[in-house]
Amino acid sequence: MSTETAEKEVAVKDAEDLFSKRRKKLITDPLVDDNPITIQVLGICSALAVTTQMQPTLVMALSVIFVMVMANLSISLLRNKIPTRVRIIVQLAVVASLVTLVNEVLKAFAFDMYKELSVFVGLIITNCIVMGRLEAYALGNKPYDSVLDGFGSALGYSWIILTVAFFRELWGSGSLFGIPIFDGISSLFGDDFQLATNGLMVSPVGAFIILGLLIWVQRSKTGYVEH
Amino acid sequence: MQQSNAYIITFSIILTVVLGLLLSGTSEVLKPIQKKAEELDTKKQILGAVMSADEISEMKPEEINEFYQNRISSKVVNLEGEEVEEQDGAQVTAETIDVGKNYKKAPEERLYPVFIFHEEGDEDAANAYIFPVYGNGLWDNIWGYLALQTDMATIEGITFSHAGETPGLGARITSTDVQQRYKEKSIYNEDGELVSVVMQKGEGKDYSGDPHKVDGLSGATITADGVNKMLKSYLDHYKGYMEKKKEGSPRMAQN
Repeated sequence: MSTETAEKEVAVKDAEDLFSKRRKKLITDPLVDDNPITIQVLGICSALAVTTQMQPTLVMALSVIFVMVMANLSISLLRNKIPTRVRIIVQLAVVASLVTLVNEVLKAFAFDMYKELSVFVGLIITNCIVMGRLEAYALGNKPYDSVLDGFGSALGYSWIILTVAFFRELWGSGSLFGIPIFDGISSLFGDDFQLATNGLMVSPVGAFIILGLLIWVQRSKTGYVEH
Repeated sequence: MQQSNAYIITFSIILTVVLGLLLSGTSEVLKPIQKKAEELDTKKQILGAVMSADEISEMKPEEINEFYQNRISSKVVNLEGEEVEEQDGAQVTAETIDVGKNYKKAPEERLYPVFIFHEEGDEDAANAYIFPVYGNGLWDNIWGYLALQTDMATIEGITFSHAGETPGLGARITSTDVQQRYKEKSIYNEDGELVSVVMQKGEGKDYSGDPHKVDGLSGATITADGVNKMLKSYLDHYKGYMEKKKEGSPRMAQN
């Protein structure tokens, strides 16, 4: 978090490329070098909770992308109008409304997902990544850049939870997107062979372990150290 | 930049109104679709007590509606097991009864819907009786549908739903392998007492030899307790109806 608040609006020339180098960095930075989960260690709660299966995780990831992009856009559009003293409440109100929208849409068009995720979709409001980006970036930058920034951070969040979900569902339930994988592999080796699933992966502990390993692998590659 | 109080208040009011309109507008537009999704979900849950989840997930929404129409009949009973057709002058049907609202009343005042799974075209040829159950989980309400075979003692199948149990822990009551554990269990003991089926503490033990116990949910003991209480209390509430059904010989059974 601490490194984030220092970002300032960079003076931009009038005709900057739609995907200039600087703007590309807005998206690519949060993927690895400044990943909200593995580097900033934000949004862990939902990363642990929804990742037992791929499908709800994917819905969750899409919801977070939508909420972050839209919240960054609206806050950035309003950035010169928002009274400084109530800005946190304004951010909260905007995020909460967006989250409620997502919830209502899920309820109408994907009722099963709604049942499975409703608590956690609601908890996007408290996801520090969302508020963090609003406070650190959208309040001080132009709408288009803010959209890219929100998209990048949400993408960084998404690929991590999808990776965690991939391993958790594969090892914990022996399937991916609900399609049994272990059964298929086992049947190749004859009747008596059965790949065992690990119940630990289904419980939140499994998510901690996977996430820890992910952070380890990533940091040993990038050489990132906590200050 | 310091803004005046008047500016802050005006800004807040405008924001509130805009967001409020946006949300209520969406809610209003989506409500009919949500209602349909909810009804379909209830039908799926009811059918889920007598059919496997795979069978249901293969069916299209229209097929589920049609299947439900052909194979499920329903009635409403009271605590004594007597059939109720109207309350306070208004007609009651099993589909319109809100089990959750009834849960707040005293057991004697509640209305109890019964769904009867029967052969197609013959409402007298019952295959199973499905009873809604309702109770408290850890964070919020839990509910479900319990299907008994025609002997009114053996569990044909069960489905559970919840409003806010912890995903991965208590929310596992909705998973098929947990619900499968109840299959073929018996709610009456050898002495003819109603003992229900009790989910045990801890997970991973084999209870296949005991007709009244099922394996528990590791890390979700409070939810499991809620499930146990829910089943016991609602089986007691439906006892009147079940006893009546048992007394009458199958041929006399009126559905």
